[in-house]
Amino acid sequence: MPAVSMTVNGKAVTGDVEARTLLVQFLRENLRLTGTHVGCDTSQCGACVVHIDGIAAKSCTTLALQCEGAKVTTIEGLAEPNGPLHPMQEAFRENHGLQCGFCTPGMIMAALDIVRRRGNDLDEHTIREQLDGNICRCTGYHNIVKAIAAGAKAMAKGGAHQAAE
Amino acid sequence: MYNFTFHRPTTVRQAAGLLARNPEAKLLAGGHSLLPVMKLRLANPSALIDLSLVEGLSGVEQKGRSIVIGAMTRHADAANSPVLQQVLPGLASVPASIGDPQVRNRGTIGGSIANNDPNADYPAACLGLGATIITNKRRIAADDFFTGMFSTALEEGEIIAKVSFPIAKKAAYEKFKHPASGFALVGVFVSKRGADIRVAVTGAGASGVFRVKSFEEALKKRFAAKSLEGMTIPASGMNSDIHASAEYRAHLVGVLARRALVKATA
Ligand SMILES: Cc1cc2nc3c(=O)[nH]c(=O)nc-3n(C[C@H](O)[C@H](O)[C@H](O)COP(=O)(O)OP(=O)(O)OC[C@H]3O[C@@H](n4cnc5c(N)ncnc54)[C@H](O)[C@@H]3O)c2cc1C
Ligand code: FES
Ligand code: FES
Repeated sequence: MPAVSMTVNGKAVTGDVEARTLLVQFLRENLRLTGTHVGCDTSQCGACVVHIDGIAAKSCTTLALQCEGAKVTTIEGLAEPNGPLHPMQEAFRENHGLQCGFCTPGMIMAALDIVRRRGNDLDEHTIREQLDGNICRCTGYHNIVKAIAAGAKAMAKGGAHQAAE
Repeated sequence: MYNFTFHRPTTVRQAAGLLARNPEAKLLAGGHSLLPVMKLRLANPSALIDLSLVEGLSGVEQKGRSIVIGAMTRHADAANSPVLQQVLPGLASVPASIGDPQVRNRGTIGGSIANNDPNADYPAACLGLGATIITNKRRIAADDFFTGMFSTALEEGEIIAKVSFPIAKKAAYEKFKHPASGFALVGVFVSKRGADIRVAVTGAGASGVFRVKSFEEALKKRFAAKSLEGMTIPASGMNSDIHASAEYRAHLVGVLARRALVKATA
């Protein structure tokens, strides 16, 4: 089996994987990082969004081997263990931006990518447009949109423009 | 997904060699068309040849009166290219309209046109601007490149290196997005460069992207939405599925062509 090595949440990791192993499988099954979810078979729901070299991508539509040498950040990489939540996570909690929570890791990773591309002052229209690739079956999006606007602002205050990358 | 062997060449020559040695191999660009169909077991390549480490395949450049986009240029990078936004904003709006942000972060122009999905956006831009597709072997005019649904003039072992688009003074794209997938239910690209007038349609035709000669003729008098007032195209040859009937698609072609003309002449 081919070997793969990459940096996940700041740690160097390696593994032997079949070529067909998706990045999301490698994260969940080899590394036991089960915060990244799989919600569909058609690359449409966004539950699996992680950052590859700082850019949001669907880990269900990326092979682990395509990430050889890359820096990958997952939802587990945003806050220190037992430390305070990342401002975007805190904003989801504060604004009740989740119900069942299945979509939430993907939403938060996508939200950070919106901040990367569009800055910290986000209007509702921009957020809704930019969430095109993330589906939530519970909330009706209203509080997710509020949470992202608030999280983006809080990141500017805390000087945290990005995830942990 | 069935298993395969995985290769990461660093030059086009190496990639071509790998293709020649593995008859059932496929090139891998962004993977956002190929991996989904492999997951559904609708494609079963013996090997994937990842182009992401091949040097010189990505970037957007102006070369004289053309814009040249490298095959591995991601949709987001093409959409945000300052030079493209400045000299040919109608073309920049095409990758900006594709899928969702995560898809645009991975998908590439080379993968999109090699795949030639009948609802894809870039084929309309290539045909609508009279682009030239440059491969490791030759140059192919867009008019000869798209040969039907999911089919192109690419030969075995042929690799797209870049696509050259002439800079048209007037150019615009209008798309009626499928609300779930983001693909074009119908999309129309219009352009005018001197006497060369083009109207290219994606999403509607049962055999993929096509030009509307009757509209192009009518636009010769005046390149404006008014010239197409009341014009439609026949529903025969249009795609019909649960999302839209052939008649509806034919109707949209006229509506979107007029909207694109308003944009192109604004
Ligand atoms: C959820 C979702 C929504 C989407 N929405 C849209 C949309 O609205 N509009 C749209 O147009 N597209 C859409 N797409 C498709 C997306 O744009 C794809 O990324 C694109 O069509 C294929 O590009 P790729 O780089 O991912 O190619 P890949 O999937 O890697 O490859 C596609 C095909 O092209 C071949 N190929 C790749 N590169 C080359 C090359 N340089 N030379 C020769 N052959 C090559 C491969 O062998 C393969 O057969 C969507 C995809 C998804 C998953
Ligand atoms: S699991 Fe990746 S998009 Fe749905
Ligand atoms: S909170 Fe349940 S899917 Fe979004």
